[in-house]
Amino acid sequence: MAVYALKEAQSAPSTNKGLLFWLRENLFSDMTNSFFTLLGCYFIYLILPPLVDWMIIDATWTGSKEEIVKDGARWIFIIEKFDQFMYGFYPEQLHWRPNLVALLAIAFMLAMKFVHNSKVKIAFILLLPVVSFILISGGWFGLETVETEKWGGLMLTIIVAAVGIIASFPIGIVLALGRQSDMPIVKTLSVGFIEFIRGVPLITILFMASVVLPLFFHDGMDFNKLLRALIGITLFQSAYIAEVIRGGLQAIPKGQYEAADSLGLGYWQAMILVILPQALKISIPNIVGSFIALFKDTTLVLIIGLFDVLAMVTLTTSDSNWLGFEVEGYVFVTLIYWVICFSMSQYSKSIERKFNTEH
Amino acid sequence: MSAQENMITMQKVNKWYGDFHVLKDINLTIKKGEKVVICGPSGSGKSTTIRCLNHLEKFQKGTITINGVELTDDQKVVRHIRSDVGMVFQHFNLFPHLSVLENLLLAPIWVQKKPRKEAIKTAMYYLERVKIAEQAHKYPNQLSGGQQQRVAIARCLCINPNVMLFDEPTSALDPEMVSEVLDVMVELADEGITMICVTHEMGFAKKVADRVIFMDAGQIIEENEPNAFFDNPQSDRLKLFLEQILSH
Repeated sequence: MAVYALKEAQSAPSTNKGLLFWLRENLFSDMTNSFFTLLGCYFIYLILPPLVDWMIIDATWTGSKEEIVKDGARWIFIIEKFDQFMYGFYPEQLHWRPNLVALLAIAFMLAMKFVHNSKVKIAFILLLPVVSFILISGGWFGLETVETEKWGGLMLTIIVAAVGIIASFPIGIVLALGRQSDMPIVKTLSVGFIEFIRGVPLITILFMASVVLPLFFHDGMDFNKLLRALIGITLFQSAYIAEVIRGGLQAIPKGQYEAADSLGLGYWQAMILVILPQALKISIPNIVGSFIALFKDTTLVLIIGLFDVLAMVTLTTSDSNWLGFEVEGYVFVTLIYWVICFSMSQYSKSIERKFNTEH
Repeated sequence: MSAQENMITMQKVNKWYGDFHVLKDINLTIKKGEKVVICGPSGSGKSTTIRCLNHLEKFQKGTITINGVELTDDQKVVRHIRSDVGMVFQHFNLFPHLSVLENLLLAPIWVQKKPRKEAIKTAMYYLERVKIAEQAHKYPNQLSGGQQQRVAIARCLCINPNVMLFDEPTSALDPEMVSEVLDVMVELADEGITMICVTHEMGFAKKVADRVIFMDAGQIIEENEPNAFFDNPQSDRLKLFLEQILSH
């Protein structure tokens, strides 16, 4: 027979063994690992120095086109054409208006994070789109009108993506719920819509929006090109969001529905208070992934004659003054897309952390 | 015994899952304030029976009347009855994205339209009753099973039901936590609420039940008051069942 006294918990031994140890453990632990480490180093050696050389060291940052002597990237092209890449054909003297909208958007994001008064937040959410629209398109309060044909560049890309993302989200939720509904008409319409949209490329939707939508309105009305693109993109995105959310809904245990029902909650109460918060939380990675894809898909609006940032770059490289600068142009656009998409991805992670009550 | 005193009346209730006859002619009358325990082997239809009472399961034949109101498929009737009947589940079913307190506030605020301050008072009162008030701001995943089940019981009590249904409330708990939940249920029983409990906890049945019902293969085989039920089983099926569960 033996009885043991309780032992105190002790702190763990130190695992910090230094850099050499880490290298040996992780990169050079056996022959295969060592081989791949050396191979990787070789690839980095092949790619990185020339890349840094081209992009930064040998690059031309100032001066005029005629004075180019270095072999590297000729960023003067980008710097010269920067305004067009950012604003498209928006009149230069009116650039302060989109700039103001950008500042308001940043203020909005800061307010969402730091202000706690819900009324202020709701006011901001409702006013921002209206104010932004008025500022950019003009026509009110003495502001000069700028037709949507002149909107272009990164400004247009962001507008199309933002509207697409914000508008498709509630529509997607409704479609997902409709697909799960017991009411046959609602279900059939939801399924039909989703399966049709998912079966055709976005380009086709944009073409259809461009050609078919005006038929619904009488000849006198010129149905704005941008509006057609926005409608097409929104409908397209909402079908994909609906499927993502449906996946989230299916992951919710049946017991949650039963508990909500047995407390007497009605259908919409149960959905909004109990089910959707959980379903959306699970779906965050896929929803943001879908939004990132949408952001990149906005380049397709070129098909219907709108000039997003990529189109502006392509257009300017065909300017006879600047032939041959395609490389710099496309590298620049790639960088822009990468920075924005990566930021969205990081934001997604921070949202997931914030909503993680699983501890 | 006047009809007014009958809290629950089930008459010739029959249910089929497709072709499978799950409930066969269930006749059950439960008086106000009565505590009934239903036991039986798996698949006997005990859970299905009580789930019919709050319309989580639909039945094809027969009638169910609760507190004078007949249970139909009409959504208004169903919601009315659900505010009168609370259900405690085997797997707790607390809402993981809400704190303990918020779990309890949902029904009083959104179903019974009570003002928030009043709902909070009620919620804290019941959290104290189940001895878990200090956890009010924790999330369900931070609590043990026994604590979660007590929160679930408090959540039901906040809607002030006339009937409490318990569907194997302690079956998913570690043995040490079973007694803390049963103690809460015993206290509730002493207060006069009508209780129907599906459970295997025979000690609880003996202590609290006015009547114990044995179900097998979708029908009620035997019912009796606890002492007679356990000490003097009449039917062979019940004798066999008691032998099996009391053998360890």
